Amino acid sequence: MSGPERSMRTPLGRVRHHGAAGEGTGHFIAQRWTAIALALLAPWFVVNAALSIGGGSYTAVIDFLTDPVNAVGVILLVAVSFYHMALGMQEIIADYIHKPFSKIALLLLNAFVPFVLAAGAVFAVLLVNFGA
Amino acid sequence: MAGARPDQRPISPHVSIWRWHVTMASSILHRATGFGLYVAALGLALWLMAAAAGPQMYDPLMAFLMGPLGQIALYLIVAAIAYHLANGIRHLVFDTGAGLAPSEADTTAWFVILFAIAVPIGLWALLTFGGVR
Repeated sequence: MSGPERSMRTPLGRVRHHGAAGEGTGHFIAQRWTAIALALLAPWFVVNAALSIGGGSYTAVIDFLTDPVNAVGVILLVAVSFYHMALGMQEIIADYIHKPFSKIALLLLNAFVPFVLAAGAVFAVLLVNFGA
Repeated sequence: MAGARPDQRPISPHVSIWRWHVTMASSILHRATGFGLYVAALGLALWLMAAAAGPQMYDPLMAFLMGPLGQIALYLIVAAIAYHLANGIRHLVFDTGAGLAPSEADTTAWFVILFAIAVPIGLWALLTFGGVR
C-alpha cells in the first residue's frame, strides 16, 4: 500500500504502454472482472427470465422488466456482458485478421456496435419502466 | 534447413500429425461459444428494444423465438452460456496457476463439456415438468 502508484502494471509497461495489440494488462484485468461479474449475472438472468417469461407473452416480459430488481439486473447484465464481449471479440480480431485496413475496420466496428446496442437496450429497459 | 539443426529432436508438431486433445476442444469451444454469445447478446438488445417498442414489434419476434428455429436457437444459447460460464471459471482457476497439470486439465475439460450438455436439458425439464408457469 505505498501510495497511489500501486498497480498490476509493470513500470516498463506503464512507460511504453503498448503491447502486441496496442495494450495488454488493462484488457486482461477488465476481461477477468467482467467474467466474475457475469458468472453471477448470466445464470441469474437465464433462470429468472426462463421461469418468468418462458411462455413468451408480451405482458410477461413487461411484468418481468418492471420489477426493480430485474430492471437493475438486466441493465447490469447488458452493460457488463457487452463490455466483456467487445474485449473478447477484440482478441479474436487481433488473432485472425492481419490486413491492417480490415483489422482496423473490424476493431472500430467492434468498438461501436456493442456500445450502440447496449445504449439502446438500457434505454429500452428505462422506457418500459418510465415511458408513456 | 533441417540439416542446419544440430540434432534430430522433433520440431514443433504440425497440425496434420497432431493428436486431438479434449483440452484443445475446450479451448476452441470457448472461443466459438464466445463468438456465438456475442451474436446472441446483440439479439438480447434487440429483444429488449422490441419489448419497449410494444406488442406490434414484440409479437413477431416472440413468434419466431417460440417456433422450432427459435427454440433450437435458445437451447443452443443456453448450452453456450453454460459452457462459456463453466469453462470461464476453469480459466479463472488456471489464472491462479492451479489445475494446469494435463490430467487435471483433461478432467475439468470433460466436466465442463458434460455441464454444458446437462444445463439446457435441466432447464428444459424444469420448465416442462417443474410445475412453474
